[in-house]
Amino acid sequence: MSREDRRPVTRKRHTNAPGFAALGDETRLSLVAKLCSGQPCSISQLTHGSRLTRQAITKHLRVLESAGIVHCRRTGRESRFEFDPEPMVEMKRYLNLVSEQWDQALSRLKSFVER
Amino acid sequence: MNHTIEKRIELKAPVSRIWRALTDHREFGEWFGVKLDGPFVPGQISRGQITIPGYQHIKWEAVVQKMEPERLFSFTGHPHAVDPQIDYSGETPTLVEFRLEKTAAGTLLVVTESGFDKIPSDRRLEAFRENEGGWTQQMKNIESYVARRP
Repeated sequence: MSREDRRPVTRKRHTNAPGFAALGDETRLSLVAKLCSGQPCSISQLTHGSRLTRQAITKHLRVLESAGIVHCRRTGRESRFEFDPEPMVEMKRYLNLVSEQWDQALSRLKSFVER
Repeated sequence: MNHTIEKRIELKAPVSRIWRALTDHREFGEWFGVKLDGPFVPGQISRGQITIPGYQHIKWEAVVQKMEPERLFSFTGHPHAVDPQIDYSGETPTLVEFRLEKTAAGTLLVVTESGFDKIPSDRRLEAFRENEGGWTQQMKNIESYVARRP
């Protein structure tokens, strides 16, 4: 499945919960940190230097994949995983909106108690 | 990406006044923009209807957690209706905490909203210690990466 086929599904659900949940794990976060700072990586490359097994890393990658944060590309016999910033950009946008709403609510509180 | 929102605001009114504005459900409703069905009671669900123009079709629902007089008021839920076109009920309920502190000018109010990623802060600390490079550093790296993208 291409990236274009997959993306609209995430968008239609209009929820960032899978993204937040996917990143709510230190192993997955470190995988994202590795992938976002460099080239697409194979599972072996991502397993290298980790205390986890190849299977465990693969499982974590699948969670990230289902949240749209990484995509798997097959080249020959090897699968490479690459980072897609879009879900995180969307999560950041959501957090910014929540933050703005607090600013507005607290300025209303200020005028309410200081009047 | 920082998954906790923190706001600090200095208010020129005594702590007791702020406490009332936060925990009296009618007063809370006035500034927050919600018509609540009844008073806040720890452990109980608070229900109501958002009154902010454009968002009136959105229901408010939260579970009151702590009410430590003039110190701490907290609840879990989906307090914000960010976009009226979008149903946010699928989002993870977050924890909202209001902390009050007496200052020379009145009251310092610190509001935090956390739990977007379902991780309690003590586990985050543990992860920070264990993780090579550190959790915070990784979040910073990812954030700067994401920020570079349009």
